[in-house]
Order: sequence, then C-alpha cells, then structure tokens
Amino acid sequence: MSNLQPAKGSSKDQPGLRYPTSGKTIYHRPLNRTKAAELSGSSFAYLFSEMVGYASKKIESIQDLEKRLNVQGHPIGLKLLDLLLYREPTRSQTRPLNIITLLHFIKINVWQHLFGRAADGLEKSSDPSKPDEYMIIDNEPLVNRYISVPKDMSQLNCAAYVAGIIEGVCDGSAFPARVTAHSVGKQEEGEMWPGRTVFLVKFAPEVMEREGYLGKS
Amino acid sequence: MGVLALIVINKAGGLIYNRTFGDGLNQLNTNDYLVLAGTFHGVHAITARLDPRKGLTNAQFQQQQAAANGGVAIPSRPEPSSGLEVLESENFRLQCFNTLTGTKFLLFTDTMQANVDVAMRKVYDLYSDYVMKNPFYQLEMPIRCESFDRKLNSYIREVNNSR
Repeated sequence: MSNLQPAKGSSKDQPGLRYPTSGKTIYHRPLNRTKAAELSGSSFAYLFSEMVGYASKKIESIQDLEKRLNVQGHPIGLKLLDLLLYREPTRSQTRPLNIITLLHFIKINVWQHLFGRAADGLEKSSDPSKPDEYMIIDNEPLVNRYISVPKDMSQLNCAAYVAGIIEGVCDGSAFPARVTAHSVGKQEEGEMWPGRTVFLVKFAPEVMEREGYLGKS
Repeated sequence: MGVLALIVINKAGGLIYNRTFGDGLNQLNTNDYLVLAGTFHGVHAITARLDPRKGLTNAQFQQQQAAANGGVAIPSRPEPSSGLEVLESENFRLQCFNTLTGTKFLLFTDTMQANVDVAMRKVYDLYSDYVMKNPFYQLEMPIRCESFDRKLNSYIREVNNSR
C-alpha cells in the first residue's frame, strides 16, 4: 500500500488527488465495519437534489433525464452486488442463479442496505404475453421523499436513479435487464401512498431462454 | 378555528406562498395579496429600526465580546433587531417569523390559539424539508410543491382538530 502515498511535502502544491495526513485512505478500512452505519437523510436529500439538477441540464426530453439518472445509478448497483455478497455468510456467498432468487435478493438485501427496510412488494406481470416482466414495488421511495415533480414533467419519476441501481445489480449477476421507474400513486386527497412507485424489470430474451432450459432440467 | 392562514414572503418582499385553512374565510384577490406582502415587508423593515434603546456600535460590540471571551475577539456582528413579531387585533393574531436568510412566515391564527411558536417551527421545518430539498424549486420563486401542500394541510388540520 506504500505506493498509494505521495511523497511528503509535495502534496500541497500538487493538484489532483489528496490524501489524509494519516495516510489512511478509504481502501484501508475493513469492508464490514460500515455494515450497520447510517447516513444523514438531509445531506443525502441535498446531494440527490443537486444530482437531479445536474442531470436536468440541457436535456431534450423527460426520457433523457431519466436515462441520465439511470446511468448515475448503474455503477452503484454493480459494486453493491459484490459488496453485499461479500458480507453474506460464507456458505451463502453464491450469486443468484435464477430470476426469482435475484429479485428476492434485490427486494430484501439491496433494499435493506440502501433504505433500511425491504421493498413493499414483488410481482410477476399478470400479462401472459410478457413473461419477462417483473415488478418491484416501493410505497414511498426514499429518493422521492422531498421531491414534488412539476405538472409539466408529470411522467418523470426521479426513482429512475434507483432503477439504475437495480439494473446494475441485474447486469452484474449476468441477467441483463432494462429497469424503469413508474409512478402509480393516486394524487387524490387522503391517499395513503401518493408516491407509490413500481420498478419494472424487463429481462433480455437470452435470460428468458436460459431460464427455460434451467426449468426443464 | 385555530390557524387561519399562512403567507410566505421572500427576502425581496415578494409573495411566494399564500393559503387559507378552513371555509368561510375572506379571500383577497391575487393582486391584493402581492400588495399586502410588499407592504408588510416595508413595515417590518421600519419596525426593525424603531428600537429606542441606544444600540451598540459595531466597535463597542467587538470589545464587549472580547471581554466576555477572555480577551480573544471572535469577529461577529451584534444581533440585529428582530422587528415586528406579533400583531394582534380583536379577531385575529398575526405571528411573523423572520428566518436568518430574510424569508418571512406570517401565520394568521385566532386570538385564543396557543403554541403558535410550535406551529411556526413545524411550518418552517416542512418548508426546509419539502421546498428547499426539492430539486425543481427555484429560490425566491413562488412555491409550487405538491408534497409541501399535502404535509402542510395535514399538519394544520391536526392542529385545528386538536382543540
């Protein structure tokens, strides 16, 4: 690790990456220490607010904005998959091998790690012509807690960022998928969950094909 | 009826939010609300300078601070005069809360309403959560945030029903 530390004294006038004076970077910390750590909700809300502001610069359409949020979340999903599996007990450290285990892993482990609770629902599309679509349901996504979408952007759901994270987890476990976020909450007065969001997971055809072979054997 | 109305005025004296709670209340037209906000802003600025006590000059204040801190002067300014805080009439009471950044919250309540400070505090909490953390809100512009409306309504209803 000694090659991580720059020569003492030269760091002040050198632009670029800076290291703490103790020389301990984030890579020196054990991965399990922050397992149960929590972050400030306010600071996340402000950070996410700026992320949405950044993503909405020079956009042509709402889909553009959602795409950008999705792209911001994707690498987090890829890395989270490795981290969460690493933290599992040794005997269950295998990657999810079929769709149901994967979605269950997302619903329980990923959600628990990100939001401190499991997702509110997991459903298979009821439409028989779309066997490749699954839905993860969250009644009140944490990222949307303080966000009110203006009327002229009503199709926008900023949970596209979370959809990106899910997509990253799916891609990382070799289940390529497209994940999109849709608002389904009713806006009427007294509605219990006005921010209810469905994450629609649409797996690639090759995943469905493989799943078919697995089911037969 | 407890809490009757809420008005929010930005630091330039512009009206950015107004809402009445409950039925059968007098409504002004939009123009009158704007005039009301601007006038109140002016009156507030005047009352802030009406303090008859001789205020400390900045230099005197620094000296006093230095003495209190054992000779070390921490640069700071004397607390500015707060200006108008409460306006009471026979039928209603107006409480004004001026934030550090100059945004003013005016809460109209009936004269018997207790704990207006607590309600004001909560309204400010809701504002800083559901307005300031909303990426689509532009500073100093009129507040159009559904979640703020929703939370504010349910809180005020709770206050008005608990009496």
